[in-house]
Amino acid sequence: MGTTTEPMAEPAAPAPAKQPPEPPSTASQRRAQRGSAAGLFANLALVLYFAFSLLPVLFIVALSLKNNAQQTTTYLWFTPTLENYQTVLGLGEGGSSYVRFFLASLATSTGAVLVSLLIGIPAAYAAARYKFRGSEDLMFTLLSFRFAPELVVIIPLGVIYQQIGLYDTIFGMIWVLQLVTMPLVVWILRSFFQDLPAELEEAALLDGYTRRQAFLKIVLPLVRPGIAAVCLLAFIFAWNNFIFPFTLTSGDAQTVTVSSLAFLGGNQVRFNLVAAGAVMAVLPPLVLALCIQRYLVRGLSFGAVKG
Amino acid sequence: MSSATAQAPPLANAPRVSRRRKALRPYLLSVPAVLLCAGILYPFFLGVSYTFFDFSATNPQPNVVGFANFKEILASSEFWASARVTLLFALAATGLETVLGVGVALLLNRSTLIGKLFEKVLIVPLMVAPILAAIMWKLLLLPEIGWVRPIVEFFGVQGYNGTDSPVAAMVWAVVVDAWIFTPFVAIIALAGLRSLPKSPFEAAAVDGGGWWLTFRKLTLPMLWPYVLVAVIFRLMDNLKMFDVIFGLTSGGPGTATTTLQISAYLEAISYARYSSGLTYMFLLWALVFVISMILVKYLRRLQNRAAGV
Repeated sequence: MGTTTEPMAEPAAPAPAKQPPEPPSTASQRRAQRGSAAGLFANLALVLYFAFSLLPVLFIVALSLKNNAQQTTTYLWFTPTLENYQTVLGLGEGGSSYVRFFLASLATSTGAVLVSLLIGIPAAYAAARYKFRGSEDLMFTLLSFRFAPELVVIIPLGVIYQQIGLYDTIFGMIWVLQLVTMPLVVWILRSFFQDLPAELEEAALLDGYTRRQAFLKIVLPLVRPGIAAVCLLAFIFAWNNFIFPFTLTSGDAQTVTVSSLAFLGGNQVRFNLVAAGAVMAVLPPLVLALCIQRYLVRGLSFGAVKG
Repeated sequence: MSSATAQAPPLANAPRVSRRRKALRPYLLSVPAVLLCAGILYPFFLGVSYTFFDFSATNPQPNVVGFANFKEILASSEFWASARVTLLFALAATGLETVLGVGVALLLNRSTLIGKLFEKVLIVPLMVAPILAAIMWKLLLLPEIGWVRPIVEFFGVQGYNGTDSPVAAMVWAVVVDAWIFTPFVAIIALAGLRSLPKSPFEAAAVDGGGWWLTFRKLTLPMLWPYVLVAVIFRLMDNLKMFDVIFGLTSGGPGTATTTLQISAYLEAISYARYSSGLTYMFLLWALVFVISMILVKYLRRLQNRAAGV
């Protein structure tokens, strides 16, 4: 490690490391030494954290590849098999409900995001561009949905849903998932709209565009990356939601997050099947998240941190 | 086109009409969102009104009972035990996530090779559905099949029994929550660290300030608004955390991890005592609401001060 890493070994901030080199003195040598020890410690801490962070993922993938005889062992040495995935997906022995749950997740999440976009984009634009009475109230009402304990709404909603026939339907799920996706869409998109200078639309108006044309042809294309990021993030959160489908569906509209729990319920639990089901349910949000890493900070903080 | 002509010398009535339309525009744009809010506030207020009835599956024609539900629940020891568990879980989990998250962000901000590599997989736990994360950990912690027992035994700990003891159940619930959400704090803190001005740190380096002094007097105060955003989100979420606890322990053993959210679920769904469950939920909602108001007000003051207002 010694001298070669010396420029990198300064702790705290990378910037001061680029300062003009000090004349070699015993003091700076001592500091460099302490720096490289600190660097070693920092790397060790990082490795430890990421071991902790990835351990459950590796475990569940390994478990999903074990056959029935091996699933009740902690061994790492086993012959991997894909038969659990085949069983969960119902390949071979006539159909499985997992695929149906998966499609229900897909339908409810996609539907929820589309509804949120349709309703949320105009509201976000209005909140970003106009000062009007009640706009802050609207924004904070939406935000309070994000923080309210879901059960407050679920019980009355369950009663209403039973009465009007929305219980256990995709449409009912799309409606209730607005609690998850709508605050996200409106708050994040407002921050994207606010980033654009208002002169942009004014210039377009001077060029003879109508307000609507200016929005559709100038503003919307510019926030397209933001909209894409919001779409994916809202989809992820809708997909990962558990409590709404858990309490408001029982079969037809049940999603993968709920079905994973049902796998655990039987009297003969097949851990390897639970694992295979979980791995497949985790993949879509994970893949989507990798596409929007750039906007993740802004998205997760509801536009409060620009990142 | 007509609204654009407001620039040119207008006809007698034209500008007034367009001005009125202009004033209406934001409202028209927000109408769908307002309707949606109303559609969600209706069940909410319906739910609140149920707390004054004795509504349950066995009593579908409820009567008004006034504040009887509140009186009964506030007088019960179960409620206060549950409230204590909720606060303990929320504070422990938020604290652990904040410390770990800021720590990880500081380490990643050094931009070493290994850090750059890890940064790519940092968000993995955050994208796993919390209920699935809880199930994964439940299996991981099972003494028969999980990897935690061999690891724990390697370090010489005997008698590992997963989440069977009350203390262990709470500790593991906090750990699982921190496993999922530490990356959340970390990426916000990291974004904050990367947006901090460079010059104060350069000045500190020239003055020979040590790492700890720089961190305490410079990094932390400047980073605090970012950390606070993360803390607000985490505290609010942890106060009402359901998925993690339900998936991992279902509130057990006994009532060791029965938070208010779990109590409300048991009352309202499992025992079908809707009014009682909703009263639990309403009390939790009020708690979350008050705490979030205080924190958001504090955050705004902080941001205004930072902006020099």
